Amino acid sequence: MENTSLALQYLLSGVTKGSIYAVVAIGFNLIYSATGVLNFAQGEFVMLGGMVAITLAHYAPLPVAVAGAVVIVALLGGLLEVAFFRKLRRHSVLHLIIITIGLSIVLQEAALHLWDEKVRSLPYFTGNEVSSVKILGAAISPQVLWVLGTVAVMVISLQVFLKYTLPGRAMRACSSNPDAAMLAGINIPNMRTLSFALSAALGALAGCVISPITMTHYEMGAPLAIKGFAAAILGGLGNPMGAVAGGLLVGVLEAFAVSKLPAAYNDVAAFAVLLLVLFVRPHGLFGRPGGESVREH
Amino acid sequence: MKTLPLILAGLCLGTLLPLSARAAAETNQPIKIGAIFAVTGPPAFLGAPEEKTARMLVDKINASGGVLGRKLELIVKDSGGSPEKAVSFAKQLIEEDKVLAIIGPSTSGETLQIKKLCEENQMILVSCAAADAIVNPLAKYVFKTPQKDSQAATWIYRTMKEQGISKIAILTGNDGFGASGKKQLEELAKTEGIDIVADEVYDKQATDLTDVLTKVKATPGVQAVVNWSIVPAQSIVAKNMKQLGMNIPLFQSHGFGNRKYAEQAGVAAEGILFPAGRLLVVEELPDSNPQKALLAAYKKDYEAAYKEDVSTFGGHAYDAILIVTEAIKKAGSTDRAQVRDAIENLHGLVGTAGIYNFSATDHTGLDLDAFEMLTVKNGKFTLYKK
Repeated sequence: MENTSLALQYLLSGVTKGSIYAVVAIGFNLIYSATGVLNFAQGEFVMLGGMVAITLAHYAPLPVAVAGAVVIVALLGGLLEVAFFRKLRRHSVLHLIIITIGLSIVLQEAALHLWDEKVRSLPYFTGNEVSSVKILGAAISPQVLWVLGTVAVMVISLQVFLKYTLPGRAMRACSSNPDAAMLAGINIPNMRTLSFALSAALGALAGCVISPITMTHYEMGAPLAIKGFAAAILGGLGNPMGAVAGGLLVGVLEAFAVSKLPAAYNDVAAFAVLLLVLFVRPHGLFGRPGGESVREH
Repeated sequence: MKTLPLILAGLCLGTLLPLSARAAAETNQPIKIGAIFAVTGPPAFLGAPEEKTARMLVDKINASGGVLGRKLELIVKDSGGSPEKAVSFAKQLIEEDKVLAIIGPSTSGETLQIKKLCEENQMILVSCAAADAIVNPLAKYVFKTPQKDSQAATWIYRTMKEQGISKIAILTGNDGFGASGKKQLEELAKTEGIDIVADEVYDKQATDLTDVLTKVKATPGVQAVVNWSIVPAQSIVAKNMKQLGMNIPLFQSHGFGNRKYAEQAGVAAEGILFPAGRLLVVEELPDSNPQKALLAAYKKDYEAAYKEDVSTFGGHAYDAILIVTEAIKKAGSTDRAQVRDAIENLHGLVGTAGIYNFSATDHTGLDLDAFEMLTVKNGKFTLYKK
């Protein structure tokens, strides 16, 4: 392969993985922005979205299955928030984070028993396992374009929601100053529930669109959560565009690391860069300093 | 004085009756067989079919009268693939349940942890894991049922030479199975005349491998790729290769032995070559093949009972139970030392993985003939014809 198309191929490969991380990171970022909680069960929302959609796809056409999965997992996200977080009085954010870790374990085991250990996937949205789109001598699966498209739609919809709708603006108010928001009459617990439900919905949609690429199985949540979390941190918590940039950057870094080092070291390279960036810019590349104050509510 | 004989008679009856009752009870006691499987957890693709197969076979044996007139009792412990749990379950089965033999565990890692424990306690262990280290160095009480990794690698290399392939890339997952495969492939390459020009280890949880495959594609002279991993990477590698436009042959390990994996890779699975036991192509075997009847029956019973495809992995548990029960019959007793000796004397035993011939120096019992080279055609497994 000549050099430019080789470099382009690595880039596209990086974009493939990066888009997967980005789509997970967006959900992380949303809950963090709205509530200050790092939701380590986000990976499980992604997994459940894929699993539910695969089951529904036996009975309904693909778009209906995906929509159904998003709705069901969103409801689950909201329910989990009400069940586990609302009743707590004077909890600290640290407690909440630990609770999400426990939730991720419970959800993983529940998935194992509801479905089983087998690996499944949704069909490719367009094309099949061997289709590829050729760009200047490099190739990429059409499903990756679907993931990128979904990321774009998510980011745009989120921006519109947060800037121009009442619940969206209420969410931003909660995140920047909860006391003032409360005084203004915003129901903080409801906002938290909404952010969980929304984040779960985003995670579920992510799980559906990445399913043909990554395969869906009950254990896929944890490694995705770790990479998604790293991507969100790299991009800067509090900024949805940051999550996307962080995800794509981590993916591309991994791909170029593979080109130079043995493949076994690609995680090392990506995390090394993450640490370097955090030393220089602790809030991440695009993060805002106010975004990570710990809220006690 | 007349009472003395009465007392003596009473004493005799008093001791003899309970003894004979106990003897009668013992021959009606079930024969306890322990099993440690990874029914859940990452190796569940091994342990779940193994557990199902074991239960199915034990029920079948009991339905036709059991062994030596006694029923079998299968005690299954789910280790989840954790070596620590395997150790604690092994102790339980040895000390509390006092089983005759232990079947499993499902993975090499767990087996190696309990090998010494079983040997020290003179507990028969018939493992369903494949690592060479399980039987080498040899332990008197430890056996295994799967074929050897080295035999799988040898089959791959010989098929490559028939196709005129000499320069290859190997990709392996970063788990125990991948590491073992990498070792075998590298060691055997020299003797088989194969040149490994690219050798990469990837994260078994990887969601996409186009970057590693791009590196392989950019390496000059690569004529074929060997992938040694478990799901889901097996399907991801196949799909990514086709998406990148790589049309060189892809060889997989015997870990590919379940039709679901071919389904997951869809159209990308066409032409994949891998060594496996004959279970997966039983319909193509000539009726004269000694394994055909057993394989056909196993496939039919399993698929009817559990509504899912058979896999070669479940077959390892089938063979383990078969070996233990045949040895009990051969020894005519449930004394562990005698059963152990009987296992070593099993010859020509037809199992799912092949035909077993054990000996004092061979505790695997299978040779190269146990494998066949299979390929995927129209989404189905079929014998690879040169």
